[in-house]
Amino acid sequence: MDVALLIGIFPQVLLDGIILGFMYALIALGYTMVYGVLEFINFAHSEIFIVGAFVGVEVMLGLKSAGLLDGLPWPVVLVLVLVAGMAGSGLLAVTVERVAYRPLRNAPRLIPLISAIGISFFLQDMIRLFESLWRNAFNLVYPTLDALNLRFELTETLDVSVKSLVVIGGALGMLWALHMIVNRTKVGTAIRAVAEDQAAASLMGIDVNRIISLTFLIGGAMGGAAGVLFGVQYGLINPYSGFIPGLKAFTAAVLGGIGNIPGAMVGGLVLGLLEAFAASYLSLLTGGAFGAEYKDILAFSILILILIFRPKGLLGEVVRERA
Amino acid sequence: MIRHRIHLVLALAAVLAVALGPVASDLGAQGKGTIKIATQSPLSGGQAALGEGIKLGAQLAIEKSKAALEKQGFKVDLVPFDDQAKPDVGVANAKNIIADKDILAVIGHLNSGVAIPSSEVYKEVSLAMISPANTNPVVTDRGYPSVNRVCGRDDVQGVVGSEFAHATMKAKSVYIIHDKTPYGQGVAEFFRDDAKKKGLKVVGFEGTEEKSNFDPIITPMKAQNPDVIYFGGIYDQAAPFFKQAREKGVKGKFLGPDGMDSSDLTKIAGKAVVGMYYTSAAGPASVLPKAKAFSEEFKKKFGKNPEPYAAEAYDAATIAIKAIEAAAKGGKLPSREDVATAVRKAKLAGITGDIEFDAKGDRKKALYFVLQVASEDPGKWGDNKIVKQLTIAAPAAAKK
Amino acid sequence: MIQSLLAVALTGVSAFAVAVYPRSVLVFLLFQGSILFAYRARIPDWLRWSLLAAALLVLMPAIGYYNGYYLEVATQVGIFVALALGLNIVVGLAGLLDLGYVAFFAVGAYSWAIVGSPHANVIFGGESFPLAGGWFYLFLLVGLGVAALTGVLLGLPVLRLHGDYLAVVTLGFGEVIRVLANNLDKPINFTNGPKGITPISRPPTPLGLPYGEYFYFLALLIVIVVVLVNRRLENSHIGRAWEAIREDELAARAMGVPLVRMKLMAFACGASFAGIMGVLFSAKQIFINPESFTFLESIGVLAMVILGGMGSIPGAILGATVVTVLNLQVLKGFSLWLNELKNAGVTVLGYSLADLPTQFEPAKYERMVFGIILVLMMIYRPQGIFPARRRQREMTQ
Repeated sequence: MDVALLIGIFPQVLLDGIILGFMYALIALGYTMVYGVLEFINFAHSEIFIVGAFVGVEVMLGLKSAGLLDGLPWPVVLVLVLVAGMAGSGLLAVTVERVAYRPLRNAPRLIPLISAIGISFFLQDMIRLFESLWRNAFNLVYPTLDALNLRFELTETLDVSVKSLVVIGGALGMLWALHMIVNRTKVGTAIRAVAEDQAAASLMGIDVNRIISLTFLIGGAMGGAAGVLFGVQYGLINPYSGFIPGLKAFTAAVLGGIGNIPGAMVGGLVLGLLEAFAASYLSLLTGGAFGAEYKDILAFSILILILIFRPKGLLGEVVRERA
Repeated sequence: MIRHRIHLVLALAAVLAVALGPVASDLGAQGKGTIKIATQSPLSGGQAALGEGIKLGAQLAIEKSKAALEKQGFKVDLVPFDDQAKPDVGVANAKNIIADKDILAVIGHLNSGVAIPSSEVYKEVSLAMISPANTNPVVTDRGYPSVNRVCGRDDVQGVVGSEFAHATMKAKSVYIIHDKTPYGQGVAEFFRDDAKKKGLKVVGFEGTEEKSNFDPIITPMKAQNPDVIYFGGIYDQAAPFFKQAREKGVKGKFLGPDGMDSSDLTKIAGKAVVGMYYTSAAGPASVLPKAKAFSEEFKKKFGKNPEPYAAEAYDAATIAIKAIEAAAKGGKLPSREDVATAVRKAKLAGITGDIEFDAKGDRKKALYFVLQVASEDPGKWGDNKIVKQLTIAAPAAAKK
Repeated sequence: MIQSLLAVALTGVSAFAVAVYPRSVLVFLLFQGSILFAYRARIPDWLRWSLLAAALLVLMPAIGYYNGYYLEVATQVGIFVALALGLNIVVGLAGLLDLGYVAFFAVGAYSWAIVGSPHANVIFGGESFPLAGGWFYLFLLVGLGVAALTGVLLGLPVLRLHGDYLAVVTLGFGEVIRVLANNLDKPINFTNGPKGITPISRPPTPLGLPYGEYFYFLALLIVIVVVLVNRRLENSHIGRAWEAIREDELAARAMGVPLVRMKLMAFACGASFAGIMGVLFSAKQIFINPESFTFLESIGVLAMVILGGMGSIPGAILGATVVTVLNLQVLKGFSLWLNELKNAGVTVLGYSLADLPTQFEPAKYERMVFGIILVLMMIYRPQGIFPARRRQREMTQ
């Protein structure tokens, strides 16, 4: 075993894990927002997230064909794309709630779950149909912005690209904004009231339906932003690419304590770090006997361990159980 | 209430059945009869792009070469099936296919995991299956007379790759990564075993189902600085990997199997893959006029470039049609056995080279090209140059 | 009286119609409908059971003789009915949300696949494998036992978890089993990884029955046993304990329900049905690899249970049947029919279907239609097709 190698890559792996963790955290916010208010797993969030990535790539390709992509400064492009992605995903999330979840508000909690799975199947193939008609393509490539690909060599073995910094900055910004909205504004108070007790909230004069729509709008917009950053960071999307990151992010949300916004960030980071270290080190440590694929096994084993000792997740608040 | 609804549904079903049942079975029964060729590949889900490529390749072939059969008075149809990349769905479809007596050949599948149980079903009625994509040795090593493939075998292509890495690229160390599919892991393992035999140092051998984030694999790989990086898999996973690896400053040369053979590789990875090598049984459009004509025609008809395996599916469907023609001598509807026998005997100068099957259904001689990506412009994919040609026959006996 | 006549007539006529039009999906659907009708109609019990027996034991295999595809559909319906009934115990009765149920199916399938194929020689050395086909029957029980044990192993660490925390752990467990199956080809080659295991031995069939019919009858037999066990459990103190846990864990414990034992039992019972069907599945398929055991399969089984009506045995049976028939038969049949119209050059409103661009290939959108059906079913019938009686009362309150 090459100890120098193991130590040498450590800082880079740590950084890889943090970036991945923030990515998961961003997606996890959508699950957690909805769960906090309605206590149900919005399974279609992975598709809402990837729709953001698609809206983003369409805007970018549109700018490119208009010749503006290189003309505008990159932060402007990025903000434009982010806003478009957030708007697209947010509106989609509100529509999905209206069509598929609202009629099931009072049904047992597993019913909307199945409805969400149905929506998830529907959206995947809808995106595919749309893209195959519009661009006759299945995989879409994010145009590269050279400024985002710039890398800084911090040390000989550690470097970081601008787009990774954008992911981290974006995630932190979103988390902060969300935290402010939920805890410092009137709307946020209303959201928390609805999460606490829908009937009581409506007696207090809160329009519950409107607040739930708003929750989906915010959660969806977070998903859209995550989608755009996902596309910028990894470069390639297809209609089914949302599924696995969605699943992971959901796991992260539960790990941190679902329904809890800082929990989503902590859960995302823990999961991201676990995966990065497992994937980078397992093969080296075991001489190839156990490969990178065991990262999921390790991640889920640790998840089980954590949940044994903290059954409500790392930062879990006590959530009412509804039968 | 429930009872009423069930009655209603049943009554509706009865009406529909009476109205449509006969239609569904009698449609198109004009002339001497209908000859159908089925495709089975995933048309939905994450692997849909490749699966659809197979369907479209076969569709193009059937449209191009059905004239002779139609002159004899037959109607020739394509019947596409979606196997969803799931073995249980594939088997149910296979039973559906053998129940339709008009279907005389199957082009499929994409996944060996679906092809193997499904071909057990085709075998029952000697229905010819010609696989465009199943490189797993087991597919033909079972020795079924009706199962053939036009693609290569993992145990051949992996060796072609390591031979090239060793002799031409003069590599001392290799890093191998694969996609955890039977195809990707298959070629990667044969590449590894042969590379070790040739004295190359294998610094890493890693499989991953990851499609977007390759950071945790690239980091240790970069630290070990291999001369050659071999990716056993398909371009849609390999291209982001190569791109991210170059962005992170990995210096080794890239090499891959025929799953890389798509202009989308450069569309996704851009200049990161310029100069990389890949092995393929299909020659580049710039050298083989047939391959050029195929990719142009495909593009004209479907508005996009052919995916990997589309050319193989085209050849497979052409063989199926020619075999049916041969078996239908005298204008009689041939039996499935006759078609299967004719397929085994077929000879075709296809777009993926000269095809002739051996006793197991493998190609007698697989001519492999090693090609080099010429430009970062996807439109110039056809300009990729042949760097080397290798001819290796499929192993005669099963290894197990 | 009218209903009796109708039921007999429907079963007879539809079976006859299948013989006349062996390729028509709708006619077969009518036959399946007639079975449902016989089950639901207000007719004497002796007539009901003899009709069902005739349809399942005589007519169905006879139809399979004309069209093996329908027999395959029926066999897969059988497999999924057993899975849905198993999951129904865990989710429907005990109220423990399990998103990784297919793991138990995988455990059963691999337990026979490994020893029933030459692959075991790679692990244990020697030439003594594959085991003779006769061992298959013993392994039906071994698969059941191994799966039950796995269920207990999963159950132990997660006893304290509730709701969605339990869901995510079971989801993780399902993925762990699949990833293990996909990666345990080294350091010791247990599962042969993604390349899968083949050929898997099949048992010798009695009376020279073809394998299609054999696996149909075997699946039917297992389903009947599973249904009987389920009914006994549901009405026993165990079943009532499960329902008590589902409704209110705290109250259940206060009433003296042994939580640990009951929860573990629910996991073990649910898992065992999947295990036994896994053994059958591997022998039927001859080949297995991890692609059959993905998260989507778990979701599919869960959809069956909820679609049918949680906690209800007829519901789980019907849910499994509807989903399987929809996926393997109705949606396929529909896209094949559209394809035939297209090939025949039928024109609709002056537009020739033959000119339809390939983007609209009907076979590509089966899953999308399935998704829409799921959503519509949930909105218009959230309690499921055949809700459990207790649930029905709750919903109407």
